[in-house]
Amino acid sequence: MFWTPIKKFVLIIFLVLVAAYICLPPKFSFFGKSIERPNLNIKIGNFVLQRSFDLRLGLDLAGGSRLVFEADMNKVPEERKAEALQGVRDIIERRVNLFGVSEPTVQVSSFENKNRIIVELPGIKDTEQAVNLIGQTAQLVFYEVKDIPATKTASASSQLSVTNLTGADLQSASVVFDSQTGKPAISLQFTKDGGAKFADLTKNNVGKPLPVILDNEIITQPMVQEEILNGEAQITGTFTIDEAKKLSIQLNAGALPIPVSLVQETTIGATLGAISVQQSILAGVVGIAMVGLFMILAYGKLGLVADVGLFVFAILTLALYKLIPVTLTLPGIAGFMLSVGMAVDSNILIFERFKEEKDKRSVANALEVSFGRAWDSIRDANVATIITSLVLINPFDWSFLQSSGPVRGFAITLLLGILISLFTGVFVSRNLLRVFVREGRKNG
Amino acid sequence: MVNWMKYRLLYLAISLLVIGAGTFSAINWGFKIGIDFTGGSVLEYRLPDGQPKIIKSGPLDQAGKDKIKSDLEKSVGGSVTEVRFENVGPTIGPELVKKTFYALLISTLSILLWVAYQFKNIKFGVSATLATIHDSLVLLGVFSLLGHFFGAEIDFLFVTAMLTILSFSVHDTIVVFDRIRESKKKGESSSDMYALANQALSQTMVRSLNNSFTIIFMLAALILMGGETVKWFSVALLVGTISGTYSSPFVAVSILVTWDELQKKFKKSS
Repeated sequence: MFWTPIKKFVLIIFLVLVAAYICLPPKFSFFGKSIERPNLNIKIGNFVLQRSFDLRLGLDLAGGSRLVFEADMNKVPEERKAEALQGVRDIIERRVNLFGVSEPTVQVSSFENKNRIIVELPGIKDTEQAVNLIGQTAQLVFYEVKDIPATKTASASSQLSVTNLTGADLQSASVVFDSQTGKPAISLQFTKDGGAKFADLTKNNVGKPLPVILDNEIITQPMVQEEILNGEAQITGTFTIDEAKKLSIQLNAGALPIPVSLVQETTIGATLGAISVQQSILAGVVGIAMVGLFMILAYGKLGLVADVGLFVFAILTLALYKLIPVTLTLPGIAGFMLSVGMAVDSNILIFERFKEEKDKRSVANALEVSFGRAWDSIRDANVATIITSLVLINPFDWSFLQSSGPVRGFAITLLLGILISLFTGVFVSRNLLRVFVREGRKNG
Repeated sequence: MVNWMKYRLLYLAISLLVIGAGTFSAINWGFKIGIDFTGGSVLEYRLPDGQPKIIKSGPLDQAGKDKIKSDLEKSVGGSVTEVRFENVGPTIGPELVKKTFYALLISTLSILLWVAYQFKNIKFGVSATLATIHDSLVLLGVFSLLGHFFGAEIDFLFVTAMLTILSFSVHDTIVVFDRIRESKKKGESSSDMYALANQALSQTMVRSLNNSFTIIFMLAALILMGGETVKWFSVALLVGTISGTYSSPFVAVSILVTWDELQKKFKKSS
């Protein structure tokens, strides 16, 4: 495909317009008219793409709490640790969802036998309550259903009644396949004590459900089909494999209660976050203005082209933050600022080269040569920064590297900034210059 | 053309002086290590008159936190609001140190290999890496001084800044090396490293300075207006940027040239 500079120029303008549209705030007034920007909502068959185009702010900007819990896994046998940690995570996630904060995250991080669960609660008000609730050790209890005979005032009903069979009596749960139907089922192994209690319980409840409650929530209520004496039971039903796995993880979490303790807390008030947002915007605007002015002073007309490139850079970056979406934090903003400083570097390299080449050949030719020759060093130099930011982002969650939110936030914006600056600094400026140089020649 | 390389021992002496001052400070006064590594708490309150008040202490539980707040309210005679609370347990630090070490190791090695591969010569890779180590030492030393006089802390963000500077320094070094590589390919001047280096430095000096200016503008804006949280982080990046700008032409290239000459002498005498 052959693309003329004019066509590429049109493509750039089109990209900028799309990006500028995404950058608009959700509601704004334009000459006193209030305009609302609709959100992206594409549905093609089963494929649904929804983006709200709102900038996602991290805890330090929006306010909220980041809590790191350490799970005490000393009592857990080695081969069951991974599953047990998953169980703790699931339980914490469910508790976190009770708070109704938007977009909470729960992450697991393991390093040298230390198992941590990182919880982020944006916009939470009562951190103390959250810590207390999340920090509880999971409780698994078997209940039975007691019938209450009809009295004069009330008709017959039933109520849940707590039994003495708890998670401590359960040795383990695992997913098996029912030998008759071939469907996934959950096999329960009770301890010796638990087996005896379970035998009693099943004897008294044949034909009745036996609800199992974890953290005040019924996770399953299998029907007792017969008295079970050997301490081994099977819960059958119409489970999918995933459902069966989830249930067995929950049961195991109750069987092997893992205490968690808070080892790190960061809480930022919403007002402090709002101040930080204002400060960052001011610093960003002032910084970019200074860089823009400097480029014009140092390179004249060429500097103006670089500034247009910088403007495109800023708009594309912001649009990508919204599209991906990138959670913006204070270190993330620093990463963005640093990448602005680096973004003009491609231009500086090319323009300095141009000064040299200009004396040797025609302007248009010198430009092409400068872009071509500068590319080697632009590429090699940026690869070094890309390597470092990838180490900081730790995209594969390697446990021997950090996965801390602030550092990741910084590295992600830095990486994005470099990638976009390669595009704007080379592709955009180059085509802008091609178009201008050609027009200039026609007129001159 | 300026004979930059004539003064290469002077450049190395300046570097040694700066690193020496930093080492002196590090030995005598040590570093101010932040709670990310030591464990402890930072509390920030807004006083009734709107002023922020920051209190640091060892690890706190809820009761200790409440006590600090009530003590503060008694002393200022009004109600204060808590706007920030950070509490780091003592187990986090050692883990961070290890992970930081791994991160530094991986980045440094990959960059060394990348540069050596791109320039088909281990000398380039090692010189670039030595320059980045130079920048890390300068940054550490300066932060020991800043910590002693202005209370700047070594925290997790500082480590991030150090890693970033590592890549910035190499970025600059590669630009200079690239010109040496290009001239060498074309055989424009003699293949003498000394002359090639002088030429490359003259060609890239303005660019290096201009690029650093743009980065310094952005960082200065952050330091002056970006708020307390990222202030020292930005200072660390700034120190690193300045050191990186200096080290690329004056340390990396000086080492490269010195190494090359030593090699030649060795060959002659053997």
